[in-house]
Amino acid sequence: MAFGNSADVMASKTDGATPIGGRDAATEAVISARNLDLTFQTNDGPIHALKDVNLDINKGEFVSFIGPSGCGKTTFLRVMADLEQPTGGTVTVNGVSPQEARRSRAYGYVFQAAGLYPWRTIGGNIRLPLEIMGISKAEQAERVARVLELVELAGFEKKFPWQLSGGMQQRASIARALSFDADILLMDEPFGALDEIVRDHLNEQLLKLWARTRKTVAFVTHSIPEAVYLSTKIVVMSPRPGRITDVIDSPLPHDRPLEIRETPEFLEVAHRVREGLRAGHADV
Amino acid sequence: MRQSFVPVLTVLTFLVVLWYAAAVWLNAPWAHDRATRSGEVLTTQTLIADTWSQDKPKLPAPHQVATEIWQTTVEKNITSKRSLVYHAWVTLSATLLGFVLGTGLGVLLAIGIVYNRVMDMSVMPWVIASQTIPILAIAPMIIVVLNAVGVSGLLPKAMISMYLSFFPVVVGMVKGLRSPDAMQLDQMRTWHASAAQSFWKLRLPASMPYLFTSLKIGMAASLVGAIVGELPTGAVAGLGARLLAGSYYGQTIQIWSALLVAAALAAALVGIIGIVQRVTLKRMGMS
Repeated sequence: MAFGNSADVMASKTDGATPIGGRDAATEAVISARNLDLTFQTNDGPIHALKDVNLDINKGEFVSFIGPSGCGKTTFLRVMADLEQPTGGTVTVNGVSPQEARRSRAYGYVFQAAGLYPWRTIGGNIRLPLEIMGISKAEQAERVARVLELVELAGFEKKFPWQLSGGMQQRASIARALSFDADILLMDEPFGALDEIVRDHLNEQLLKLWARTRKTVAFVTHSIPEAVYLSTKIVVMSPRPGRITDVIDSPLPHDRPLEIRETPEFLEVAHRVREGLRAGHADV
Repeated sequence: MRQSFVPVLTVLTFLVVLWYAAAVWLNAPWAHDRATRSGEVLTTQTLIADTWSQDKPKLPAPHQVATEIWQTTVEKNITSKRSLVYHAWVTLSATLLGFVLGTGLGVLLAIGIVYNRVMDMSVMPWVIASQTIPILAIAPMIIVVLNAVGVSGLLPKAMISMYLSFFPVVVGMVKGLRSPDAMQLDQMRTWHASAAQSFWKLRLPASMPYLFTSLKIGMAASLVGAIVGELPTGAVAGLGARLLAGSYYGQTIQIWSALLVAAALAAALVGIIGIVQRVTLKRMGMS
């Protein structure tokens, strides 16, 4: 793990202009942020959404970003996805700039709302990115079947979104993000709008899915139990300016039944996250 | 459908009764005048009978209009200049051509407004200004100018229809094409979709409900445009020409039958769009 401000070597490479410099970092760090700054200019003056953020996400890790609203966790995710442009510092995804990574379809992005098109069936929705990427009809069908099975929605291909529950819709949206086989999965509070029971179930499924696909996951949440249950690494953030206050490597084993949330180890990590959140809040 | 049958029939009956009563009230003075001149004495019964059967009543009774419509549609050869079917067809062809042109223009302008910042800032005020000009004032100009450059017949009328029908399509389609939210557009960006792909796969399908609403208004406006366009052509053919000729010669029955046929035509056209809308949206899983 390379968290800290000492990033002299990495800082020398800029927005993918020297891809060779990024290549050896990519062998372990899939996503790497150095001295990242982002200031939004609004009518009420500048808002410092991210300040001096440094982070490495390694291949196969499940990293959660947690913090109160306004701490920049979603902004950080959107920077990785090339949906926001940083005003300072650098980010690399797979060793290249976020823009190049987006163009090479390096990541799947799951939004807070499922965002399925009401005029397309579940199968049609999952086919959508594949159509855009120009994948052959036969392979589209094969991939749709495969990802639907991954999220346990086999048999729902011909249904329209309104015929599915909120949890099932969100699973379909995850299937859609998985359909084009990107190695990175960026998830922005995907279960935020769902109730506790559905959420537990989806968390369990997501862990299984992660174990099967070995993807690198960046996951934004504001739920402490969710962050601790899912992650191999928890990034605690705090607002005004948005920054990282703590990075916790989870000591929990890879195999995690839901009951693990009752164990002392789990509670200890949760406690540390809570402390981190409180500390971040105190020095505002 | 079944539940609406009784209320619709009730309202219709009420309107017909009201119409008959109004016919008596409006046509009575003429009946009295005539009776005074010929020295007749009118009983209530003969008065009512007279008001419902005058040749040029102020307000013709429903059965007079119905008889006129029957005689000029079913009992006339449709190629005859006295056939309302012939006149309705003349108006309908201009309406449909104008509607197609107007819809095309409206959709193109909407796409321009949504995708081009300069058009976004500049076109809409002109579109709105165009509709503040009374169509009755501009219609003769269009006919005269187009006639001067050698364009006559169907096209000038269709242009007036287009002028009226493109407006609701522009307004509706701009709203429809902008209906996808920021998240859906971001999503397209994460897939590195081209502008054309975003348009065909997201913006256009999302705008369908808006389009159909606009088309219904546009179709009705288009029919009005065609009728107005027929007024300054010297009353040659079309429902507008029938209206004009009727008012020249005080043929109120002819005016009313042309009006009713125009209304029925509009209802049918809007109804057809409604059916297409239902079928399309059902197929798209959006109804």
